[in-house]
Amino acid sequence: MSRTFRLRTPLSEREVRRLKAGDVVYLSGRVVTARDAAHKRMLNLIEAGRPLPINLHGLPIYHCGPLVRKENGRWTVLAAGPTTSMRMEPFESTVIERLGVRMVIGKGGMGAKTANAMAKFGAVYGAFTGGAAVLAARNITRVIDVEWLNLGIPEALWVLEVKDFGPLIVALDSHGNNLFREVNEKAWERYRSALQGRGVQKPKR
Amino acid sequence: MRVEEVVEEVAVKLLRLAVVRLPSDVKRALEQAWREEENPIGKAHLKNIVENIRLAEELNRPICQDTGTITFYIRAGADFKGLNRVEPSLRRAVERATYEIPLRPNAVNPFTQENSGNNVGRLLPYVKWKIVSGEHLEITAFPKGGGSENTCTLAMLSPSAGVEGLKRFVLESVLKAGGMPCPPTIIGVGVGGGADISMNLAKEALLRPLDEPNPDPTIASLEEQLYREVNALGIGPMGLGGKFTTLAVKVNYAHRHPASYPVAVAFQCWAARRASARIHPDGSVEYLTHRVEEA
Ligand code: SF4
Repeated sequence: MSRTFRLRTPLSEREVRRLKAGDVVYLSGRVVTARDAAHKRMLNLIEAGRPLPINLHGLPIYHCGPLVRKENGRWTVLAAGPTTSMRMEPFESTVIERLGVRMVIGKGGMGAKTANAMAKFGAVYGAFTGGAAVLAARNITRVIDVEWLNLGIPEALWVLEVKDFGPLIVALDSHGNNLFREVNEKAWERYRSALQGRGVQKPKR
Repeated sequence: MRVEEVVEEVAVKLLRLAVVRLPSDVKRALEQAWREEENPIGKAHLKNIVENIRLAEELNRPICQDTGTITFYIRAGADFKGLNRVEPSLRRAVERATYEIPLRPNAVNPFTQENSGNNVGRLLPYVKWKIVSGEHLEITAFPKGGGSENTCTLAMLSPSAGVEGLKRFVLESVLKAGGMPCPPTIIGVGVGGGADISMNLAKEALLRPLDEPNPDPTIASLEEQLYREVNALGIGPMGLGGKFTTLAVKVNYAHRHPASYPVAVAFQCWAARRASARIHPDGSVEYLTHRVEEA
């Protein structure tokens, strides 16, 4: 695996532009979770020209609906792995453009619309291992704040303090590279050529 | 203890076992995949997975934050006393487990979008019954995450498509799913019956231990071929490349109507959670998937 970066949020455009697909990032600082319902609400506010409860400029958005517990009035994050990012595809480009988000963390990758916004405005996608939720929670040191709890616990905006959060694999960079797309295209090619070889023999391993 | 209390206790325990500790066959398969994966990114993901499994056990926490929607598979002995009280007990167990373990509240009304807050809702937990002979009650807790559920597919193929058509449909489902179901996955394939039956069969195939091939040698060989062909695609752990896209493919079938050929593909993520126990008529409990120290 290639280069490893330890970065502190908020991230600058310069820092983000240096990252290339395949790099590994460990984050410290603030990260904000947001899923489907939160993205919808963000877009409504943007369209209405109204401010968000949190300034997301330079911050990473984490596609995650955490498992939390409240003890003595304080929240603890027990498990917080990524959710499927593709569901946020219709919204993310606007969030990057209008709110200045510099990194999106999730699983499964994102589509062309987000990739274009990342290239244009300077942002990257960091893939975290889906399901590795306890590992993720270990590097979340504190719940700083939570907004929009009325959307439900998984859907709320959780402002988290993280330390060495990762490894995040840069899967979409700000230069048009997309590891998920590359792997997928190659997989389809392998499938098609295996099909062509069929009838005569089973496709080779 | 009365039947309903035993069932409730056992079900809470099964849910805890399921979400905190993976069955040993799944753990072994993931450890082996970690050792054998050659793609550095794939290997890094598998290392995280194995490390995460260990941490979850150590801290007694759910492996994944998505503790899923909950299905119980019941094999009920016809002579077990108190069958009518089982479902209410399971609902209470889920409610308790949600607070005690805790589980993430995942039961949402599809029309009002309201989250019930305790994982109980209309038809949730879902209970699937099979009546067998005997006096015992066997319960399997099967919490299944949304990421892998969302990539499940069903095709009503033309019977002329044959086994080749089935294979294509499975492979294309895997290609479309990509990294979304958190590979390496377990893939259940249900064939025949009708639309509902094939999907049920595909889901039930996920309950079969990984190291247990289909007892029918022809089907076992189809499972093996699909396993090789899926992994030859190179999608890899989390869809970022590698040779472990699946840990096992399990095929189940029913006879079909002459004009229809349903094929269902059910994905299970690497966090393949299931836990089973048998309750005997004297109230004693035997845990089948996990080693449990007597409390
Ligand atoms: S697909 Fe499975 S491992 Fe992945 S996030 Fe969902 S429940 Fe967790």
